[in-house]
Parts: sequence; C-alpha cells; structure tokens
Amino acid sequence: MTTATATTAETVEELARTVVRERPPATTPTAELMGAWYDAGLAWVHFPRGLGGLEAPRMLQTAANRVLKEAGGPEPRTVNIIGYGIVAGTIVRYAPPELAARLLRPLATGEELWCQLFSEPGAGSDLAGLATRAVRDGDDWVVTGQKVWNSLAHLARWGILLARTDPDVPKHKGLTYFLVDMQSPGVEVRPLRQITGRAQFNEVFLEGVRIPDAMRLGDVGAGWAVSLSTLSDERVGLGDRVPARGAGSIGEALALWAARPDRQTPVLRDRLARLWLRSESHRLTVERAKVAAGHGVFGPEAAITKLVASELNQQVYEFCQELLGLEGTLYESYTSVLEDDDSPTPYQRKFLRSRAATIEGGTSEIQRNIVAERVLRLPADLRNDKNVPWRDVPRS
Amino acid sequence: MNGREFDFTEELGELRTLVRQFCEEQSPEDVVRTTMDSEAGFDPALWRRLGTDLGVLGLHVPEAYGGGDAGLVAQAVVVEELGAALVCGPVLGTLALAVPVLCALSREDVKETHLPGLVSGDRVGTIAGPLLQGTFDAAGVTVTAVEADGGWRLNGAVGHVPDGAAADLVLVPARTPAGTALFLVEGAPAQLRRTPLTTLDQTRRQAELELVDCPAVQIADETETAQVCEQAARVAAVLLAAEQVGGAQVMLGRTVEHASGRYQFGVPIGSFQAVKHRCADMLVAVEQARSAAYHGAWSLQDGTDDPALAASMAKAVASDSYVKVAAAAIQLHGGTGFSWEYPAHLYFKRAATDAVVLGSTEQHIDRIAALVLDAAPGR
Ligand SMILES: Cc1cc2nc3c(=O)[nH]c(=O)nc-3n(C[C@H](O)[C@H](O)[C@H](O)COP(=O)(O)OP(=O)(O)OC[C@H]3O[C@@H](n4cnc5c(N)ncnc54)[C@H](O)[C@@H]3O)c2cc1C
Repeated sequence: MTTATATTAETVEELARTVVRERPPATTPTAELMGAWYDAGLAWVHFPRGLGGLEAPRMLQTAANRVLKEAGGPEPRTVNIIGYGIVAGTIVRYAPPELAARLLRPLATGEELWCQLFSEPGAGSDLAGLATRAVRDGDDWVVTGQKVWNSLAHLARWGILLARTDPDVPKHKGLTYFLVDMQSPGVEVRPLRQITGRAQFNEVFLEGVRIPDAMRLGDVGAGWAVSLSTLSDERVGLGDRVPARGAGSIGEALALWAARPDRQTPVLRDRLARLWLRSESHRLTVERAKVAAGHGVFGPEAAITKLVASELNQQVYEFCQELLGLEGTLYESYTSVLEDDDSPTPYQRKFLRSRAATIEGGTSEIQRNIVAERVLRLPADLRNDKNVPWRDVPRS
Repeated sequence: MNGREFDFTEELGELRTLVRQFCEEQSPEDVVRTTMDSEAGFDPALWRRLGTDLGVLGLHVPEAYGGGDAGLVAQAVVVEELGAALVCGPVLGTLALAVPVLCALSREDVKETHLPGLVSGDRVGTIAGPLLQGTFDAAGVTVTAVEADGGWRLNGAVGHVPDGAAADLVLVPARTPAGTALFLVEGAPAQLRRTPLTTLDQTRRQAELELVDCPAVQIADETETAQVCEQAARVAAVLLAAEQVGGAQVMLGRTVEHASGRYQFGVPIGSFQAVKHRCADMLVAVEQARSAAYHGAWSLQDGTDDPALAASMAKAVASDSYVKVAAAAIQLHGGTGFSWEYPAHLYFKRAATDAVVLGSTEQHIDRIAALVLDAAPGR
C-alpha cells in the first residue's frame, strides 16, 4: 500500500465527482451507488485503501460528502446509522483485513445493517458490569443473556456484542468483544416501545447463540478496551455533526418562531435568542476543535461537545413546545409504528425524542464525570466494585 | 501572524507566552494588590514597558501609527493574558476604547499625532461618552460643544469614565448645533474636573468628569462620529470578551487545583459529583466563551461575519461565562473563596464589572434577537 501521492481535497472531490457522474444518484439504487462510493475509497477517506478508504486526512471526508449531497445522493451515515457511526471504526482497528473487507462493504452500502448489543437491564451506565455470558466451546463461543434498548436491532443483520467471558476477575477484565450474526439460532429480537409511541429500539434475548471465535475482536478478556474505541466514536458522532448557522434543531425553532407571529412575546424572543447564541457557541466550539484536531491537538473542547449538544437539543424543543402552547398538548398518533414514515416529524415527537439525547451514548451525568476526570483530571468517584471479582459485586 | 479562523499559529502561541511570562514576573498577585491600593491605581512604568519593551499595546494598529499591524486576534491574545493576571492598567480606557476610536477616524493627522503615544504606553487615553452600553447612543450624549474664539468649548458631566482620572487624552462626543461630533481634550486643563470613583473592581478605575468651558479640538464631524464610535465599541466588546476568557480560565484552573487537594470526609472534595460536575460545567462555559470571543476577533479582523452580531455574541457569551465561573469558583473554595487573602474575589469583581461594561448580556441578547429574529425572512 502506498501513500506516496498525498491525497488533497481536490483529489477527493475529483474522485467523488467521478462516482456521481458514472452513477447519477437520482437513477442509481442506493446500494449500487454506495458500493461504488466504497470502492473509490470515499466511505471513510481515512481508512486503508481496499477497506473503503484512501489513507487520507479525516478532515477531507466533508469535501467528499458535500459532492455526494450536491449530486442528490444520501448523507452516507443515514444509510446505516449505527454501522457508520459506531461500528466501522472499531472493525477497521480490530478486525483482521479479510474479515474487515467482508464486513465493511455491505455495511457501507446499507445492505447489512448493524446494531449495538451493549446495554443490559442491569448494566447501562455501568456497562462494564454486564452479565451476558460467553463460554468457549471448541472453535465457538456460546452466548446466553439479555440485551436491551438496542436501536434498530429489529432490522440489523449484525450486532456488536460485549459479553462476560470471566466472572472471577474484576469487571473490566472479564469482558470480550464479538460480532454476532443476528440471524443465528437463539437470537430473539422483541421491539420495545418508546416514549414517542414508536419502537426503534428492542430487547434482544440471546439463548445459546454460537459465535465462531473468528468473530472475536481483540483478545479474550480485552473487550473493554475495544468497546472504549466504539464508545468514543459514538460520542464524537453524537456531538460533532453541527449544521451551519441557523440550521439543525435551532433552525426548526427559528422557523416555528417565524411562522407563528401570533405566539411571539418578548420573553420567548429573549429565550430564543439565548438558545440561538448557545447553538452558535457550540457550533463555533466544534469548528475550533476541528481546526485544533487538524494540527493533531485534541483539547478540552472536543470532550464537551456531546454533553452540550444533547442538553441544547432538549432546550430547543422545550422552547418549541412552549411556543406551540396548547397546540403542543396534542399528538399525531400513539399507534405503534415500527419504521419511520417519510412525513415531516412533528415538533411534539421531536420534543419527546429529545429526552433521549441526555441518556443515549452515555448520560449527561456520566459525561460530566468523564469531562471532570479525564479532561480536568479531578479525582475519581468512590467505587465499590474496584478490584472485586465481578461475581461478588452487589447488583440490583 | 494569523491564519484562518481558530488557527492559533505558533506566533500567536509565542506572543501568549511572552505576555504571560511578563505578567508572572512583573505583575504577580502581590503587585496587583499593592497597585490596586495605590492612588493612581496602576503603574505607569509597567504600562510603558508593555507598550515599548514588549510592543503589545497596539498590535491591531497599523504600523504608520506606531502599531504592530498584527491584527485584532493577536491583540485579543494579549488582552486575554492581561485579564488572566488582572494586570492593573488602562486596558479598558486606552487599549479597548481610545485606540480603536482613533483608528477608526478618517483624519490622518489626528491618528499620526495621537496614536503613537497611546501605543507606546507613554500616554493614557479614554472616551467620555455613552459607549459603555456597548453601542453608541447619541441620545445619551450629555456634553454640549459651542464654537468660541475659533475653537470649541465643552460643557457637561460624564460619569463612569474608565481610567478617567489618569487619562492624558480624553475623547468626548458632544452635541453641536449640527448633531453630535467627537472632540479631544488634551493634558490636564483646569476646566476638566475629575472625581475618582471607588470601584467595585479595585483593579480598574473609573472617574466622573466635569467639563466647564473646557477647550477642545474637533476630531470627527457630525457625519462620522456615530459610526466611528460604533466601530470602536465592537472592537472593545471583543477585546473585553478575550479578557473575560482569560479570567475565567484562571478561575477554573485554581478551582480544579483546590478540589484535587482539599480533603473532607477523608477524600478530595473533587471526588464528589456535586463538585466535579460543577467543574465540568465551568469548563464548558470557558470553552464556549473562548469560541465566541475569538470568533469575534477573527470576524472583525477578516470581515467574515456581521461585525455587530459577532461582537454581541462574543460579549454576551463571555460575560455570562465569566460571571458563572467566578461565582462557582468562590462556592467551590468555601470559606477560602470568600476571604480577602484569596484572589477569587478579585476575579469575581472583575467578572461582575465586565458583565455590565460595554453592554450587559441582556442588551447584547436583545441586539442579537433584533439581528437574527426580528430581521428573519418570512416575518
Ligand atoms: C434512544 C436510546 C437508544 C439507545 N440505543 C442503544 C443501543 O443501540 N445499544 C445499546 O447497547 N444501548 C442503547 N441505549 C442504552 C443507553 O446506552 C443507556 O440507556 C444509558 O447508557 C444509560 O443506562 P441505563 O438506562 O441503564 O441508566 P442507569 O445507568 O441506570 O442510569 C440511571 C440514572 O442514574 C445516573 N447514574 C448512573 N450511574 C451514575 C454515576 N456513576 N454517577 C452519577 N449518576 C449516575 C444516570 O446518569 C441516570 O440519570 C439506548 C438508549 C436510548 C434512550
């Protein structure tokens, strides 16, 4: 593999233009378009060649995606939300190249969707305390346990799974990371209804599910380190996609404000201006973090984006609800719908959905712990389960 | 010296180090405390060294007027460090206000005559007018100008003039028969009476000025004055925002240090979440303020955003952040934070003052609302 010719924004854009010229997004099936996108190394420009990348600086991804979007193509991650946002980075870092090649292309095209099987009824924030057991049996592992709140598991072909392989050591040391075929016998997915009435996440029951050892990422007992790389991709993904000034959730609030002069009051005007200002400070902070990252510097600004984005998202939709007044007390329909329809999402549903922002991907309390302990280097919380075999830790 | 937005180049880093070291050596806390109790409230020799030896008091001023021609971002970095160290000096009156006002004038001769002395730190300047609200409010002008003996005479009183007691050069917007023009009073004429005021923030002085038939020269006419003052107010808001970032960063650092070393109940207090989460929120506040302040500096320097909007954004975010961080610092230091010996109160008072000087957060939010919401298409 060679990196002799430095990849520039121009090369990336040229490659992207070639793909959309040869396969016009309007007339090409998404899977075919994204397949060509992957083959051209544009799925993740910073990945190795042959695995959807060009070994180019990560910053150049934006340029490629812009070309795709302008040609009428999809925002790539929407093709496979969890695949792009959470899984791909871990695969490329930990899977052997042949396995990575086998998995990444259908991930990129959306032909094989992914889900994350981490949380359990007894282990959310304290993920490392999870109880799902994996026991070695010949070339396979046999997995039994229950996962919960697993987004899109009902549509997924693959799951990333964290399971306990040794209950006799402290919790972080006994975990192993697997890739599980959701079509394996013993996997049962039950949709779980959410606050919005819809069911986008699930309970996943694993009953004697056999996973070949070849589908293990990282060493046996080293699953925690692998999962940290996944979680960090997730948090970065949840915080650093900031739309332009006045777009995104604050843009919706501005649109609602403009559409409802009858509801405008000086107090709401003040509140909206403050939210706009916070959205801008957040956007500028993300921009600043990107410039610093371009110089290889990962400063404190990078760590706070998920925390800020999630709380801001809630406040913006709280504002919208208040602007709507009594209209906000009505709801489209609670009839459970499995998949999202294409109709524009009403404010009320977004308002309800925003409650998840401060829970998913690590709660705000946990984010503040992380910022305080990892960035500010404050002393760690008192912990009861340190240096205790997982088996002996009290559980609810 | 400056790259694109948020590209803090090596030169900017060196500039920061230079000023920080100077402050550590020449203006440590005990010097700040002695100086703030002195009659003048600042040390002219130290100010001159900043201007002449370090050459950091006119970085956004063109070379032709003795400046460094390095841009507003560089100047903001300097002001951030001066704010971090609470250096006593005419930062607000001279650096943030008088210099930008003079820079914005069309009269070359005035700039050539008066800027070099301010930039070198030899002289102190200020403006006595309704600029402290963050915009130029012509209706708030309290001084009148009449023509007499081929010159001008000013009459009226102005309160809250930053560095007003020390200023060798006082810029005064005043009413003329044709509108509002800008005048300059030089030296210490008897017709300019100064009453030093006791300020909440002892490191930053104000005075009340009374002009009684005070001779003055006109430096900007009725067509130019409002716009000159307006432009200067934006520069001042951005520089003050940088100062707020500097102070807030210090308070965060001191608090984290304290929370890591102070033991209660057998553990460092920083291991309690009520403490550590507040520290995390302080960090968020500092980082947001830094983004908004430097966006303001880069925008005014390169013309990349609406200057009025960018300046109000900078000032509003930085004011809120500094006040919040300084208050949290006192809280998390407990009794220590409340005591005179510990510097938290100095920062808290600076924060409380900065938050209203050059426009309160509320006023800037209102301006932002006018620009973003009221002017929005579709209304
Ligand atoms: C919409 C949505 C989608 C999700 N998708 C997935 C998915 O695809 N895959 C997956 O594996 N999981 C998923 N999750 C689960 C999510 O990761 C967990 O809900 C989350 O980590 C919190 O865990 P918990 O629900 O068990 O809450 P708990 O951990 O029980 O927390 C309850 C409360 O206690 C607080 N708390 C807990 N520990 C501490 C502490 N040490 N200090 C201070 N406060 C504490 C929390 O902040 C919270 O307020 C999803 C969740 C949601 C809401």
